[in-house]
Amino acid sequence: MFGWEFPPHILGGLGTASYGLTKGMSLQPDLEIKFVIPKPHGDEDRSFLKIIGANCLPVVWKDNNWDHVNYRIGNLMHPDEYFYYRNYIRYDFRRIATNDLGCINFSGVYPSNLMEEISNYEAATSVIAHAGDFDIIHSHDWLTYPAGIFAKQISGKPLVIHVHATDFDRSRGNVNPQVYDIEKRGMDEANHIITVSNLTRQTVIEKYHQHPSKVTTVHNAVSPLENPERFKKTLRKDKVVTFLGRITMQKGPEYFVEAAAKVLEKTDGVRFVMAGSGDMMNQMIHLAAQRNIADKFHFTGFLRGNQVHEMLAESDVYIMPSVSEPFGISPLEAMQVGTPSIVSVQSGCAEILNNAIKIDYWDIDAMADAIYSIVKYPAMYKTLHEKGKYEVDHITWEIAGQKVRDVYNKVLGWY
Amino acid sequence: MKSICFYFTLQQPLQLKRYRFFEIGNDHYYYDDYVNEAKIRHLTEVCYLPANQALLEMIKNSNGKFKVSFSISGIALEQLEQYSPEVIDSFKALADTGSVEFLSETYAHSLSSIFDEEEFKVQVKKHAQKIEMLFGKNPVTFRNTELIYSDELGELVSKMGYKCMLTEGAKHILGWKSPNYIYNHPYSKLKLMTRNFKLSDDVSFRFSNWSWDQYPLTAEKYIHWIAELPEKEEFVSIGMSYTALGELNTRENGIFDFMKALPYHALMNKISFATPSEIVEKVKPADVISSPFPISWADEEKDLSAFTGNDLQNEALQKLYMVGERVRLCNDKSLQYDWMNLQSSDHFYYMCTKHFTNGSPAHYSPYDSPYEAFMNYMNVLSDFLQRVEEQYPSTIENEELNSLLKTINNQELKIIKLENQLKSLKSDDATIKPAETKKSVKKVSPAKN
Repeated sequence: MFGWEFPPHILGGLGTASYGLTKGMSLQPDLEIKFVIPKPHGDEDRSFLKIIGANCLPVVWKDNNWDHVNYRIGNLMHPDEYFYYRNYIRYDFRRIATNDLGCINFSGVYPSNLMEEISNYEAATSVIAHAGDFDIIHSHDWLTYPAGIFAKQISGKPLVIHVHATDFDRSRGNVNPQVYDIEKRGMDEANHIITVSNLTRQTVIEKYHQHPSKVTTVHNAVSPLENPERFKKTLRKDKVVTFLGRITMQKGPEYFVEAAAKVLEKTDGVRFVMAGSGDMMNQMIHLAAQRNIADKFHFTGFLRGNQVHEMLAESDVYIMPSVSEPFGISPLEAMQVGTPSIVSVQSGCAEILNNAIKIDYWDIDAMADAIYSIVKYPAMYKTLHEKGKYEVDHITWEIAGQKVRDVYNKVLGWY
Repeated sequence: MKSICFYFTLQQPLQLKRYRFFEIGNDHYYYDDYVNEAKIRHLTEVCYLPANQALLEMIKNSNGKFKVSFSISGIALEQLEQYSPEVIDSFKALADTGSVEFLSETYAHSLSSIFDEEEFKVQVKKHAQKIEMLFGKNPVTFRNTELIYSDELGELVSKMGYKCMLTEGAKHILGWKSPNYIYNHPYSKLKLMTRNFKLSDDVSFRFSNWSWDQYPLTAEKYIHWIAELPEKEEFVSIGMSYTALGELNTRENGIFDFMKALPYHALMNKISFATPSEIVEKVKPADVISSPFPISWADEEKDLSAFTGNDLQNEALQKLYMVGERVRLCNDKSLQYDWMNLQSSDHFYYMCTKHFTNGSPAHYSPYDSPYEAFMNYMNVLSDFLQRVEEQYPSTIENEELNSLLKTINNQELKIIKLENQLKSLKSDDATIKPAETKKSVKKVSPAKN
């Protein structure tokens, strides 16, 4: 499997989904996963899969002794593996800057020279492809499609790509032609395409012109929370309504502010929180001030790790008004800690959730109405709280993993 | 000789419009006129008129031997009067044949029988008046909303003067007993007629179902099933929503032809038709059945869980019936009107989460989810409760309010009475001798001191 992120060092939903899916798949006894990421930190959970750092893969032959290799990358990879993969260098990659081990340095994030990093990743993974000790290639998101294609060309093994998002979601239609090109090529080359929702599946079929029989939806799930009781809701006078995520066009933050203004016009005792950061944050602060609700509208900045769950658990309503969301795992996380969720119909997760309120992202009236009724009618909160939690506890990665396995079997002809 | 007792229920709630919370306190009109009119017109075209026509033909062709009963809620009648008066006329034509019985029920097709006894009585009375006004007959048989029944309710209905009540032949009440008998209420004179839900659902839900192993259902086959029932079972009670003729089963599926063929095959097999009141006269009760808890005809469970089964429904119902006494005290016409319409059981059925596991909301629901149904209803109810509060602030207790209202309502009578007294005293004064007046003054003065 080719991925870009793996917990605990994650920047978006991709890492969380990669972790959950591989963990769910690891429950199948006859399956072994090698997960390649650009830059592991050494503190990843390796109990159920093997993590290979692309920055530990030699692409240029350098003579090194065992001890030196152990000293340099021993915390990430066994030195023997380094020497094993060194035997599979087939191409001359001396044009790429490498270190003393013949490996490429990766930032492991989304740097400004992202295109270069993508092609370097492609180069590094070619040695794994030449080693050829696998049955199927699985690429997560467009960053790793080139690596997947290259590996398929080298090894002749089938390629499955996993579409966690398309550029149409990220850009509200104004796609970056370079990104579209990579995505399109990945989908064309793939033997099968997995999408995280029917919404994304539709995009893949319509905008990337793929044959429907080649595209399967496997909805994301959510990893069970360890002792969720530790997240307590403190009693307070005011109800808290939370938006949590990147404050960017795709997530529809302005609709949240407008809905907040509508609610506050009519009622008291409700506070609104916009958690996260992003390119539209300042704009949103201005908007809140313009609507004259700044005293009840709060910004927290970026939250990480447990802070996220704490914030969700402290909220009375969680709202995700995304304009276009391939899946959107955060409402499921909110429901895990018992917080009623409002999601836009344009989110993939709306396809599988019953006990959440679904609205159109642009329908500010409906959004305000839903917030009002959860905050003001106790039965509404109670029912969504209980039934939502029960529902989300039964959406597991194990089932998703099994569906991915079905795709593998189909592609490989193993019935 | 066996009898078939057909009865059809007709209820359409006034659908609420999309009512956002910011309209609370500003907008006091709650109904979606367009949807309501469209729905009634649609049903008129596909169901009410053709079905009435078919039944009328059947009655005429069988020389009045075919008999049928209707249970039409007051709210449905109001809507028919407004949007489809021709349906009312055709019901009148049916009533004139003498082969049709109209049953009694609650005016608003409400759950008042469980939550508000007073309201229940008021509504039943109001409905009976409406039926008598339109069709000239005072109903004598009672059919509750959704066939809800319990022993307690049975006693109440008996006290209200009804001899017979229709209810569901729920398995957990009947046990091994057959629904095709008349039963006694455990401690009152009320007689109970239980619906044969198998034979009823065969027509209403399975008639057009291609995957049913008995498909297609013909009149011959259906009558044959009834004829085969044990000899002592003198009747079958078949009740269903009127929409079964024409909407649930369309004309193209042959439901009207099926119905029209029934009388012939029935009479051939020496099976007659009867109305509930005739059957109760004729058939002797076989046993006693008792249902300490309420039953209904809804779903597999045959209990109230489709209406009061979750927190959403309970909150809405409690909030609504909390103000029942107050609304009955006031005489604001529009408030009374809304009070009736908000009670329709359908509003609560839409909030049912029981069917919601596979992502589809309750059957026939105009809402996408039970939560949406609840949200909309509660917004409307909030406005309604505010209006009730404006009429009578909640700081005054009901009893106090009652006595105050009594004083106000009786003040005119009292003034007239006192004025008369005054007059008579004055006229007395004129005739009374001066000496006596002095006496009386004397008599009064010490008391003053």
